[in-house]
Amino acid sequence: MTRIIDQPRYVCALGAMQTVQGIYRGVPVLHAGPGCAAKLAGGIAGSNGDSGYISPQIYPCSNVSETEIVFGGEDVLHRTIENALKVIDGDIYVVLSGCTTEIVGDDIAQVSSAFSGSAKPVIFVETAGFKGSNLEGHEWIIDALINQYLAKKELPEKVKGLVNIWGPIPSYDPFWVGNIRELEALITELGLKPNTIFGEYRGLENIDLVPAAEFNLLVSPWVGLKNVRLLQEKFATPYLHYPTIPIGAVETSKFLRAVGEYAGVSPEKVNGIVERHEKEYYYHMERTSDVFLENRTMSRRFSIVSNAADALAISSFLVNDFGLVPDKQYLTDATPEEHREDVAGLFRQYQYGIEAEVMFSIDGFEIHEDIRSNDYFGPPLIIGSIFEKKLAEELNGNFLAVSVPIKERLILSSSYVGYRGGLKLLEDIYTYVLKQFN
Amino acid sequence: MAIKKNTESGVRETRLGSITGYNGTLKDLHAKSGCGGVKDKGRCFSQASLCNAACALSQLSFITDAAIVHHAPSGCAVTAMQVSNSKDQLADALGLDNSHSGYVCTDMNDSDIVFGATDNLKEVIRETHRRYQPGAIFIGASCVSGIIGEDLESVASEMRDELALPVAPVFCEGFKTKIWASGFDAAYHAILTQIVKPPQKKSNTVNVINFFGSARKQITEIFAEFGVVPLFLTSNTSIEELSRLSESLATVSTCGTLGTYLGNGLQEQYGVPYVKSLQPHGMVGFESWLGGLGEVLGKEAEVAALLQRERTSYLPKIQALKQKLTGLRAVIGMGPGFNFNTSRALQELGIEIVHSAAWHFDKQYDDGKAPDAFTYQVEHSPNDYKLSVNDLQNHELINILHTVKPDIFFSRHTGSTVWAMKLGIPAICVYDEYAIFGYRGLLNFGTWILDVVTNRSFTENLSKRVKLPYTDWWFKQQNDHFLDKETT
Repeated sequence: MTRIIDQPRYVCALGAMQTVQGIYRGVPVLHAGPGCAAKLAGGIAGSNGDSGYISPQIYPCSNVSETEIVFGGEDVLHRTIENALKVIDGDIYVVLSGCTTEIVGDDIAQVSSAFSGSAKPVIFVETAGFKGSNLEGHEWIIDALINQYLAKKELPEKVKGLVNIWGPIPSYDPFWVGNIRELEALITELGLKPNTIFGEYRGLENIDLVPAAEFNLLVSPWVGLKNVRLLQEKFATPYLHYPTIPIGAVETSKFLRAVGEYAGVSPEKVNGIVERHEKEYYYHMERTSDVFLENRTMSRRFSIVSNAADALAISSFLVNDFGLVPDKQYLTDATPEEHREDVAGLFRQYQYGIEAEVMFSIDGFEIHEDIRSNDYFGPPLIIGSIFEKKLAEELNGNFLAVSVPIKERLILSSSYVGYRGGLKLLEDIYTYVLKQFN
Repeated sequence: MAIKKNTESGVRETRLGSITGYNGTLKDLHAKSGCGGVKDKGRCFSQASLCNAACALSQLSFITDAAIVHHAPSGCAVTAMQVSNSKDQLADALGLDNSHSGYVCTDMNDSDIVFGATDNLKEVIRETHRRYQPGAIFIGASCVSGIIGEDLESVASEMRDELALPVAPVFCEGFKTKIWASGFDAAYHAILTQIVKPPQKKSNTVNVINFFGSARKQITEIFAEFGVVPLFLTSNTSIEELSRLSESLATVSTCGTLGTYLGNGLQEQYGVPYVKSLQPHGMVGFESWLGGLGEVLGKEAEVAALLQRERTSYLPKIQALKQKLTGLRAVIGMGPGFNFNTSRALQELGIEIVHSAAWHFDKQYDDGKAPDAFTYQVEHSPNDYKLSVNDLQNHELINILHTVKPDIFFSRHTGSTVWAMKLGIPAICVYDEYAIFGYRGLLNFGTWILDVVTNRSFTENLSKRVKLPYTDWWFKQQNDHFLDKETT
């Protein structure tokens, strides 16, 4: 069978360098070609900014040339790490290999281990592009943090109510900062203490807290499962796997109840929180329902072309909260084979027995052909990346870009998570709908 | 250059003797370039730069009916994400149909490393042809395809015969060069060898080698006065248009770095004169650029009349602006093409260049001569300013800025502008290649500079609240600390 990626919507494992950058004062040290960092960051973060305390232009990199291909590049890597520790003011240095250096057989484990006595931790991850996707690379980096950094430290005491939250992938999820903050806010409302390692001013301090958590909360269909399992194995921390990123009232209330129950928060307390939020949420729904109902261009049926996490979250909202019926859902994140059955099953659990068929594909052309062959019984709502913009126009449908490559919109701190996130998603969908004559 | 005889353009380090490591001054670099060529210096510490594949394949992606098949692991094809909407935006602005363009990837995996993947590559090429019916297919090489020795030349040849359309390999393996501009040459080599046909007739077209043609309207109007029509390359062109480049009257370029291979290649192979001049930044550049073209076209009188009009319209305003800008001290960090042209334009506004950092340096172009814009600076710059060459080594740049403390920094590269601002230095990213186009452009640009040094709020607000990711130790070193001390 022809192996083809058309309209790429994810990148290679080395793209998970963005996960390291997502750790405040984390420094990716690349043993890779000269273009990998700038290209991968530009593609994933794109118009949403790939800078910060450090940026891809700051990543120390061996910028592998023909010499290293022929003679090996371990010496160059050694010098790069050695000088990175002198020049870059970071807290943790994560050595990442690219295709070139893995093919020629450079031993990055050995070179990195020479720095095990450094004042700052130096760990390594093999992230050759031909080995997997950036989503898998993200998991490998977190595993490396656990195995090479946390497991070597003294185990801290468990802190009552402390919960590690995992799920959103830095940069690859354009809403990652806002989504993580919103998940933290929800957990805080339950009276628990959230611990997350990504985004502003978290960093190593929060990583150090990870083993002290009472439980790990994974909010993602598949990314991160291996990490929470490893955390259970290493630190005897149990985990709650909640596959659906909660968007809107129905899912967020369900989420709060599930986490509350798992953490032993009293149902009365949870009910109080839910009630207060729903009251506010439905105030907005009530006052805007005319706009929703009295519109001739809004779609009734929809398809999402995105990673499993966003497709599940947004489709759950549109079905369980907003009363739409799903057509086929297209999962573009190269979901590993071992997760596919479980992930597909999650799309068969909407209310009223509603189910959606899913198609796993990394071939955007094939996906678009399939969408063209569907009958949406009216204008479809297509939610995906910028690649779907022209398709939606062609089908006289409605469109929203939520995943990479997202383009043509700027996201700073906004989020689709939670009660407010549901309202925000409707704002964004209807901003497109209302551009058409009604 | 001997284009037809070579299968590859060859990287700039070997073809032109270009370098990425140097620290000295404008005149010192010139003196060293003269006798046997300036020797490149290596670094024992570097930060991530850029690869030539990004330049090669993004250039080709903007052709309205070209398909790119990137023989690479998934990550390399990230260029497809980067151009995803920009090529549509450009085509839509002109009402062009680009539905026959595409960018796909062969998704090389670990078993391909062992067994090779030319069979899948061929299947992907066939499938791409079926999907997009493009005017040509470009096979993009990658580090992986290069290391494992995939024979792209043979695949291209076989596919050309089978599909009866141009199929060209583009040799842009990332590890082959530190100079990403080598990617432009690789793309243009593919165009020159596989797309351009011998002329059937002469047209009244002038090839304009540029990036995205933002001054399309102005240039079209100017050229109309000379009775010629510009063809802006290569974004928004079709394969058919490119096939007739040999029929044009002349070629000009807005960037010497970008234009050298294609401009000189068309001249050498098909006798299309490549106008050697300064680029049209500022007053002198504009006059040189149009003057050179006028000479080739025999339209000196028309050019002179146009230039006189421009001077009358704008000189008084530019002089007034110059008074306000004179004395400002600037650092500039750009590729060599834009660098020397922008430096000259800044000096026309009375701004002092205190340090120029070039992302690489071509001591010569493909005609064997030093870049005009560099020579002009050597001969006319009021001061022999400091000059360093670094392939986007931000630690060197920030060290320079920290030491020099200029009033303003000018940059032209993704991600490089903000670092000056974090030091509290106002900065301008000169992305638009026509930002300083001629008299009008210089007036606009000078006003922008004035605005930026006058209202420093964004810079100061940001710089007060952020910390730089460099150690104090680094700021105490010389900017060339990691450069080889002895020439290698």
